[in-house]
Amino acid sequence: MKEKILIIGAGQAGMQIASSLRDEGYAGDVTIVGEEAYAPYQRPPLSKAYLAGDMDEESLEFRNEHFYVENNIGVVTGDKIVHVEFGPAGGLATGGSGKSYEFDKLALTTGADPRKLKVEGADLDGVLYMRHLDDAKELKKRWDSIDNLVVLGGGFIGLEVAAVAQKAGKNVTVLQSGSRLMSRAVSPIVSDFYKAAHEKRGTTVHLNAQVSHLVGDRGKVTGVQLADGTLVPADIVMVGIGVTARGELADQLALEMEDGVIVVNEFAETSNSNVVAAGDAVILPHPLGHEGTVRLESVQNAVDQAKVAAQTLMGIREPYRAVPWFWSDQADLKLQIAGLSSGYDQTVIRGDRAADKFSVLYYKNGSLLAIDAVNDVSDYMAVRRALNAGANIPADAAADSSTPLKTLITGGEA
Amino acid sequence: MPHVTYISPDGTETTLEARDGDSVMEIAVKNGVKGIVAECGGACSCATCHVYVDDAFIAAAGEVSDLEDDMLDGAESERLPVSRLSCQIKMCAELDGLKVRIAPKQ
Repeated sequence: MKEKILIIGAGQAGMQIASSLRDEGYAGDVTIVGEEAYAPYQRPPLSKAYLAGDMDEESLEFRNEHFYVENNIGVVTGDKIVHVEFGPAGGLATGGSGKSYEFDKLALTTGADPRKLKVEGADLDGVLYMRHLDDAKELKKRWDSIDNLVVLGGGFIGLEVAAVAQKAGKNVTVLQSGSRLMSRAVSPIVSDFYKAAHEKRGTTVHLNAQVSHLVGDRGKVTGVQLADGTLVPADIVMVGIGVTARGELADQLALEMEDGVIVVNEFAETSNSNVVAAGDAVILPHPLGHEGTVRLESVQNAVDQAKVAAQTLMGIREPYRAVPWFWSDQADLKLQIAGLSSGYDQTVIRGDRAADKFSVLYYKNGSLLAIDAVNDVSDYMAVRRALNAGANIPADAAADSSTPLKTLITGGEA
Repeated sequence: MPHVTYISPDGTETTLEARDGDSVMEIAVKNGVKGIVAECGGACSCATCHVYVDDAFIAAAGEVSDLEDDMLDGAESERLPVSRLSCQIKMCAELDGLKVRIAPKQ
């Protein structure tokens, strides 16, 4: 009998595992099951080009139907797996539809759900999230009727939606509970720049905003009441306050978890050697071999980790080594991040913040860790290349903005 | 509908039909043409959809923006005068018959 691999979760990582299995010549059965009504599609444009109307639904799809047929990849949509187990006869997953799926090996690419707002009024009509295509469709459906948009959360998703709405002429207020924007992703230098940049374009940004409750009228949200007494009017409240990993199936399999997140090793293997996991639902060893574990909610990680997971499923042992990178498009500002800056002890700022084109390099003990680049693709690419090669860009030389970074790369295999 | 032909690093040729306005990257990725990675999905953020455009079509393929220009400088494969990021080339009638060679490293 042919070996069967079941992939639960039809996002970027799930699609990539299936695709990579075929690229590597895997001859067994491959089935992807997703709970959404759509074949695998790209999420990043939902809060950017799709919302702005620059990209349609068809353009969001990763692959066309023909590809899945040609590559003999089963794609099941609209079925949420509710139970999974390894029994005496092998693996068995059961969907909410009642359908069951047998497998020999399993890939969990279950992703994450948006963290739900937990204040009074959070269930009012007009309180929306942004994670799935249906979320984006809902916001688009109501788009024309929105005058006042309140965004709860000053992370990538919230700020991207805010920028699209601001450009469309809406009154936009961003309420951030913390003391700076995108605090998990960038340093204070970049956070401060983005606050000013959004304000300059007409968006109101409140930091340290403590939401008391949401105010409504006949079941529909009309405003956000802050603890300091301010009432911010809202036709729509878009909540972007982070995500929680989908670990419930991993729990059923008694896999090793950390705070509800699936623990994997550098081969994307869980604590059960017949189960791999990749993407937003996992915590993994630092991908550049530094100490500790990280969570990486990004396209790059979903793709690169999925490739490793596919190899592991086939018995090929290639550890995951990749330079993490991220991007966020907000208004005319292209933020590109390479590397992980956590633990930095020195920064170098290049370029001109007043001209909306600059970069911040992060160092620890003189070694380059990461870059945040705003509209500065050449600095970004130079750092990505240096990190990929295990090379350095000495901080004192980098401080001279007139010298291209790519001429300063030293050491490594470059 | 316009057609586009991809030449993979191993010499394989694939000809596909495009919707007007689709990017050369998008058509390749959707059909599983190997060698075009396009991790960022067309946001001009990753330089993993690098192609060499056939000379006859280089003008019709349009101008290279400053952003694309900088990205191409950092691409993994050698940059040539006919280098483009395929996510930035939109198909149209003038590009019918377009041929692109996929850069060997992305």
